[in-house]
Amino acid sequence: MEEPLLRIEGLRTHFFTSEGVLKAVDGVDLSVPAGKTVCLVGESGCGKSVTARSILQLVDKPGRIVGGSIRWNGATELATLDPAGEELRRVRGGEIGMIFQEPMASLSPMYTVGAQLSQALRLHRDLTKQEAREEGVALLRKVGIPNAEQRYDTYPFQLSGGMCQRVMIAIALCCDPALLIADEPTTALDVTTQARILDLMMDLRAQNDMAILFITHDLGVVAEVADEVAVMYLGRIVEHGTVEQIFSDPRHPYTRALLRSIPELRGSGARRRLTAIRGMVPSLRQVPAGCSFHTRCDHAVEGLCEVTPPPLRKYGEAHVASCHLDEVPAAPAAPAAPVLQVTERVAAETAAEPLLRVEGLAKHYPIGGGLFRKPSGVVRAVDGVDLTILPGQTVGLVGESGCGKTTLGRCVARLADPTAGRILYRTEQGDEVDLATVTGARLKDFRRQIRVIFQDPFSSLNPRMTLQQIVGEPLRTHGIASGGELRDRVADMLTRVGLRPEYMQRYPHAFSGGQRQRVNIARALITGPRLVVADEPVSALDVSVRAQILNLLTDLQEELGLTYLFISHDLSVVEHISDRVTVMYLGKVVEDADTADLYRQPRHPYTEALMHAVPVPDPARRRERHAFEIADDLPDPAAPPPGCRFHTRCAHVRAELCRTDVPELREYGERRSAACHHAAGLTLAGVGSVAREPQVDGRMAGRDA
Amino acid sequence: MLRYIGRRVLILIPTLAAISIVTFVVIQLPPGDYLTTLTAQRASQGDGVPTGEIARLTERYGLDKPVIVQYWQWISAILFHGDFGESFDYARPVSALLAERLPLTIALSLVTLVFIWAVSFPIGVYSAIRQYSVGDYTFTFFGYLGLAVPNFLIALVLMWVGLQFFDLNAGGILSPEYRDAPWSLAKLGDLAAHLWIPIVIWGTAGTAGNIRVLRANLLDELRKPYVVAARARGMPERKMTIMYPVRVAMNPFFSTIGWVLPGLIAADAITSKVLNLQTTGPLMLRALLAQDMYLAGAILLISAVLVVLGTLVSDIALGWLDPRVRLRY
Ligand SMILES: Nc1ncnc2c1ncn2[C@@H]1O[C@H](COP(=O)(O)OP(=O)(O)O)[C@@H](O)[C@H]1O
Ligand code: SF4
Ligand code: SF4
Ligand SMILES: [Mg+2]
Repeated sequence: MEEPLLRIEGLRTHFFTSEGVLKAVDGVDLSVPAGKTVCLVGESGCGKSVTARSILQLVDKPGRIVGGSIRWNGATELATLDPAGEELRRVRGGEIGMIFQEPMASLSPMYTVGAQLSQALRLHRDLTKQEAREEGVALLRKVGIPNAEQRYDTYPFQLSGGMCQRVMIAIALCCDPALLIADEPTTALDVTTQARILDLMMDLRAQNDMAILFITHDLGVVAEVADEVAVMYLGRIVEHGTVEQIFSDPRHPYTRALLRSIPELRGSGARRRLTAIRGMVPSLRQVPAGCSFHTRCDHAVEGLCEVTPPPLRKYGEAHVASCHLDEVPAAPAAPAAPVLQVTERVAAETAAEPLLRVEGLAKHYPIGGGLFRKPSGVVRAVDGVDLTILPGQTVGLVGESGCGKTTLGRCVARLADPTAGRILYRTEQGDEVDLATVTGARLKDFRRQIRVIFQDPFSSLNPRMTLQQIVGEPLRTHGIASGGELRDRVADMLTRVGLRPEYMQRYPHAFSGGQRQRVNIARALITGPRLVVADEPVSALDVSVRAQILNLLTDLQEELGLTYLFISHDLSVVEHISDRVTVMYLGKVVEDADTADLYRQPRHPYTEALMHAVPVPDPARRRERHAFEIADDLPDPAAPPPGCRFHTRCAHVRAELCRTDVPELREYGERRSAACHHAAGLTLAGVGSVAREPQVDGRMAGRDA
Repeated sequence: MLRYIGRRVLILIPTLAAISIVTFVVIQLPPGDYLTTLTAQRASQGDGVPTGEIARLTERYGLDKPVIVQYWQWISAILFHGDFGESFDYARPVSALLAERLPLTIALSLVTLVFIWAVSFPIGVYSAIRQYSVGDYTFTFFGYLGLAVPNFLIALVLMWVGLQFFDLNAGGILSPEYRDAPWSLAKLGDLAAHLWIPIVIWGTAGTAGNIRVLRANLLDELRKPYVVAARARGMPERKMTIMYPVRVAMNPFFSTIGWVLPGLIAADAITSKVLNLQTTGPLMLRALLAQDMYLAGAILLISAVLVVLGTLVSDIALGWLDPRVRLRY
């Protein structure tokens, strides 16, 4: 066999902490052939990043490579090079480039992007300052940055996350590396931005004949980019194969579980529970004996799996998996496993009065103002939005970052004061109250009825408070309960969100992202709200955990009769939980429809673009979405384009009207409307026509956590 | 950048006005006005104040006029004539008293500032990069010591050391034989031999504080993703550390300008007394004890103004060094 570009054998990287040795990477074999894309997948904490960093000896203290070999180009042994030595420095950046998850934080805020780019260039190549600048601008242009000349002299914090990632790619490419290591390069980005960054990477790979080691937790992304896939669990590779093998013939139960938990765009429009992997990744402090996956595996063989480590089985050319079962049965061994519970909802055609009616809501933020200075402009974050939510329904609110979704949600929860418009909320007594005008003690009462779940599970919990204090706080501030009753209520709420009441006295840092989000949910629901605004509640979470949280939200909605306003940038997530979907662009609603109708046939080009930015977990249909690409970043919200705000990026823009006249939101059929001049004449592609039910589901009906 | 400085300076004006008002109020705090204090004091010494003098002082401070006018007379005399009023304790103009002591005080403060930076910068960087090393622990230990031990105690110890080992009488800033001698190399050497003691004393706490701040900041910065990213593109470790994380972690250094300068002017009279240094500290102490309010007020005003100016300088330095500060305005 031809020697691959990179061959990792038996790599072991351990962290020597005060609580013992953490075996983050424990015997990894992985090869990257020249010019190919190899994806490393697995949930958070499985050791993907540590593996990637080990290659260039970038593991932080107290971590250390304790065994194995990393052969580069068939010659150099990277694992034993002097970390401060000249030889390793030449490989870093010169032969292997690397990009990271948080593009903005990966650039120093103290220097312009150009300075950092030209510095990288001059590290490995003999260039004068002037030559480096020219080369740098050319690179920025190559990675698709508009106005490269000017952007060269901007600071990272003046650019969007997507632009920063392009800069990082430019830096990584500056010396024509043979291998690019990309550690979750799109996880922190919007779906639309993600789609464009993935395309860019694939184009560059072809142009430069470069190999990519691509790390992600998202199998949808894997299907888009991979040639080969390695699935990682708790420091080991559990399955390896070509992308076709992994997607059409997955062998390891973990791979199958991961595949099932993708919230795929289905286009059927029906709300449906997702299949989630049971439990969560165990702590490295207590790696299960035998097969480390046995605590979560539906097929574990008693007396075998928890005792003996599984052998590596070969399933054909380059397809291996390590499992005791040669043939994993299609149905789980456990009897009476619930089949996918389909929550078909008759879209609320009932004559029910709406719980919330938002009319002409606007929120304008002044920009640049301050002491001694007049504001230099105004951002119309929300600019005349109408929205209706029926009781018991979920309305999904979709759009890219910066479209005003969060601002709208905050206005509804009255965490922000609207500039104009009415927020009519129907009380339990049945009368409508305009929340926009309510203040003081009455507002406090409504804040108990309308609660918010925030996006970031890591920063939204006070690290110095115990779970009991965090979850119980609203009860105390609203004077609902205290003492023993408060404790009982908190315990009950924790149980409902799937956390053990024994955790009450612990602090947030002891919990994973998914668990923290459960705490967030508990805190929101503890006051017995009627309306819940969930602002990107799953965007920061792994795909598998995402499924658990979405299912939890659905269950709680049914149990407690909740009404949701569910905010997300990802249409695939929204489909699974929403009855209706509202699409926002630059402060305005551009489309509003029942979920099924919207996904079957969008009426607005922006909806179409959002829909096709979602990666399709099917390698055979890769790059299908190219036809629906939208260009550039969101325009500056302080100076939206005239006419139709979307015309700068619209694939269907026409000479008449689009650039001059503002399109009104017009009705198209029953309960749906769109704001496009040409909506009636356009045939836009939905997902219904091409959707398929995931094949793995058919073969392995799943069980929920 | 110009705009940023302009706005900072604009904000300065109301701040300074507020400071002057507060100082004026402090001056007015003791019961009675300046004149009654003065008469009472003279009376206790057995002699009265001549009527002509009373009339002159009443006119000078506007004591028979409304408070607003009094304030205006006081502040305009300072602004336009550098006249801070009169110290009845010393029976001399306050400005003359200050002229004797302020230059030395300010010079000492500046040298102390340089000392603090020069010592804390390398140690702070070292302690962060070699976290938990023997050197780190040693510096941390001495840092705590420096923070905890009172200045006058260090002064006594250093004086003893000076006397014992260097045969140096550490009091004052010059040995007696040089006091009135013309400037020469030998005199300069003598000055340096004396000067290091107060500088070390006053600089210790600031140095220890700065080391801790720099160490903590740098440890935070070293964990930032851009550090790994810079390493991953092959930057040499030393260059990378100085260019990226150290530069960010240095920001709090500039805020020391704001407090080191004025800190010495109004405070630490004890050390000055022990070392027999003619700084404004002991002056302030005595003025407060004697309720010599124009003198105390002047020192208070000057140190408050220096706080504000120091903050301005550090803000400008920050804006110049940190694009995030500069460009977000
Ligand atoms: N600096 C560190 N100290 C101790 N443990 C660490 C450190 N960095 C990573 N780990 C451990 O290594 C494991 C794998 O982490 P990582 O490679 O980041 O996972 P992934 O990239 O798959 O999400 C985690 O369980 C984490 O606790
Ligand atoms: S070895 Fe056993 S526990 Fe592990 S994946 Fe296979 S069946 Fe499941
Ligand atoms: S109005 Fe024109 S530019 Fe706007 S979405 Fe419709 S077709 Fe596109
Ligand atoms: Mg990772």
